[in-house]
Amino acid sequence: MKPNLRGSLALFAATLLSATAPASAALKVVATTSEYGALAAEIGGDRVTVTTIAKPTEDPHFVDARPSQIVAMNRADILIEGGAELEIGWLPPLLDGARNAKILAGAPGRVVASAGVQLLDIPLAADRSQGDTHVAGNPHFMLDPVNSRIVVEHIARVFEAHDPAGAATFDSNVASFEVRLDAKLKEWSAALAPFAGRQIVTYHPTWRYFSRRFGLEANTFLEPKPGIPPSPPHLARVMEKMRAENIRVLLVEPYQPRKTAEAVAAHNNALVVDVCQFPGAIPGTSTYLELIDIVVRRVAQALAAQS
Amino acid sequence: MIRRDRGAIERLWFRAGIFSAVVLLLQMPLFAQSPAPAEPEATLRQEIEQMRADYEQRLAALEAKLAALESAKAQAAPAEPPSPQPQPIPASPADGAPAPLTLVSGSGGKNFLNLSLDGLIAAGGSTSSDIEALQTGGHDPIQRGFTVQNIETVFEGAVDPYFRAQVNVILQIDADGETVVELEEAFATSTSLPKGLQLKAGQFFTEFGRLNPMHPHAWDFVDQPLVNGRFFGPDGLRSVGARLSWLLPTDFFSEALVTVQNSQGETLSSFRSVPGETLFGREIVEREVASVSDLLIVPRYTASFDLSDTQTVLLGASAALGPNGTGESRRTRIYGVDGYWKWKPTNAFKGFPFFKLQGELMRRAASVAAAPEEELPAATYTDWGGYLQLNWGYEARKVVGLRIDRVGGDSGNPGDPGLAERWRLSPAWTWFPTEYSKLRLQYNFDHGDALERDEHSLWLQLEFLLGAHAAHKF
Repeated sequence: MKPNLRGSLALFAATLLSATAPASAALKVVATTSEYGALAAEIGGDRVTVTTIAKPTEDPHFVDARPSQIVAMNRADILIEGGAELEIGWLPPLLDGARNAKILAGAPGRVVASAGVQLLDIPLAADRSQGDTHVAGNPHFMLDPVNSRIVVEHIARVFEAHDPAGAATFDSNVASFEVRLDAKLKEWSAALAPFAGRQIVTYHPTWRYFSRRFGLEANTFLEPKPGIPPSPPHLARVMEKMRAENIRVLLVEPYQPRKTAEAVAAHNNALVVDVCQFPGAIPGTSTYLELIDIVVRRVAQALAAQS
Repeated sequence: MIRRDRGAIERLWFRAGIFSAVVLLLQMPLFAQSPAPAEPEATLRQEIEQMRADYEQRLAALEAKLAALESAKAQAAPAEPPSPQPQPIPASPADGAPAPLTLVSGSGGKNFLNLSLDGLIAAGGSTSSDIEALQTGGHDPIQRGFTVQNIETVFEGAVDPYFRAQVNVILQIDADGETVVELEEAFATSTSLPKGLQLKAGQFFTEFGRLNPMHPHAWDFVDQPLVNGRFFGPDGLRSVGARLSWLLPTDFFSEALVTVQNSQGETLSSFRSVPGETLFGREIVEREVASVSDLLIVPRYTASFDLSDTQTVLLGASAALGPNGTGESRRTRIYGVDGYWKWKPTNAFKGFPFFKLQGELMRRAASVAAAPEEELPAATYTDWGGYLQLNWGYEARKVVGLRIDRVGGDSGNPGDPGLAERWRLSPAWTWFPTEYSKLRLQYNFDHGDALERDEHSLWLQLEFLLGAHAAHKF
């Protein structure tokens, strides 16, 4: 009886230990939003498993800090965040709950995507009467595809530090990504080149980096100030500006109020174009390059139709 | 009387402390600019200069490194000339790939100490002539007209690589117009213990149930549920102590916590409380701490599941076990279960729309000593209470909610309103102009044996939030 009991105790202990040990050798990566998740999967391949916190279709400024994400972050080897305060409303409580020293600020497992990226729209003062401005600057920098080059480098460097045996894989995946990015960049630039200097209207200042990269102007917003809901007088001014300056394309994201955008567009026979900033929000956009590709194509088509 | 005076003196000292802290804070930027004055400042100044030089040196090294990286990249692909103007992408393949707009990191705007200040002000009235008895919470509206419910200052940040800390100092204005200062919370939490462990120590809200550890501005209603007021007193269950939490290695969220805290004071009204106060009609006496069982012990378990992409539940069970102050070896045991369910669509905008269902059920059993003068025998009383509330964020920034509240227990002690039955029904409507402000209108219908008659109250609440306030848990 006794040896049996001891044996089963040992077995139980072994089971417990194996439950706490990593289930597989793959690096566990948590990404705050899906463009980082998609890039991590592209660079890491089979050597990583990726969990993304925010759903690609939801407002990234307001994500619930769900407890299941605390579990994912507790087990994570690597956390990829934008780092420009987009996630400030939900990442800190998740990190507190996750109690994982590997991904704390400054830890080797923490990837801050915006490190080394020049951010736009840095406010002169931290003043909330100017709306929900981000002190660090506009956090939607991943919509300039050139910035993805910086981010994949960050990701690859951290992956290599955690999994030196995978360095060659990561390097070749980065190289392959960059080749495809460069080819696409030429394609995208050519597609949007005929519309250089054209203005577009957006709901929120999400498309500042995108328009800057491709020679468009996205300086008119349905929100009077970032994060502040559109007021009728403001919308009237926007409609007047669209009429006076012949602005005929209005971009709207999956979570933004489409009816408001439609009402404004209808006034000037403008086109409402469905775009998004996160891979997975539109069918056929599972990778980052597919996402930018669809956005460029839709914007170019709309601008052409309205020429 | 003496105790009161001591309290007043302590408050005075505390106010003086806050005042000097504020003065210090205000002086900080001035200090950096003013010429080196007295000796201690001069040394400090030297140290700061030393740190600055050190920092600049490191920055220069980093910049050099960055420049080296940049030039390496530039060799591979000709970089854009630095220019504030948007650069068109080179169209011809011969121009090569564009270089990223690399300049500086955008991770500015971070402080060592996050400061925030939250104000909750109420206005309204009630048919009740004794609103302080009707409203059981210390942050509830207390009078016809206006009430400063809570002015909460929060100091929060990372202490070092091992701890974070948070201090909540609250100010209120009581019915007599007197300002009351209270050290509500002051605790440190570990950040990097292994094996899913986390330690918290200091003065903090006991992690019992869902609502007790929440600050008033995070509540979905103007006032706290009746059961919280009756079991934990007006200011919630909180004390000095320590808490150990373990995130279990399960696939779902599963956390076990145990809190040990002092069991005396005005925030422990069901336990050792304050001598001179009463519990079920028995006067509270001084009681020594002879063993660990004379402290407040609060185990809790909580688990959460994502039912789908849009639905999450969080369930918990807690117990608060400790001595009470009616006599030697007298104990109070409070058990509670809590549940929270939230639905939010995958294309939520500003976090709306949503449905949130939240409820707690608690049962209290207290063995109390006899009170011969009042002809009250030694007895064990049990009572229970709970609330259930549904909130519907029907469109961006707007929420309607309904809460039903109940408390009541043994009828063995009819003279004590601490056991008599009460019901409350509270519809509420909230509008959030932004996430930093809100306006809330709430009606309360109060009914029950503890009241002489049914009462009707209407309250309007304003919240404003300044500064960098830490985000809330799910």
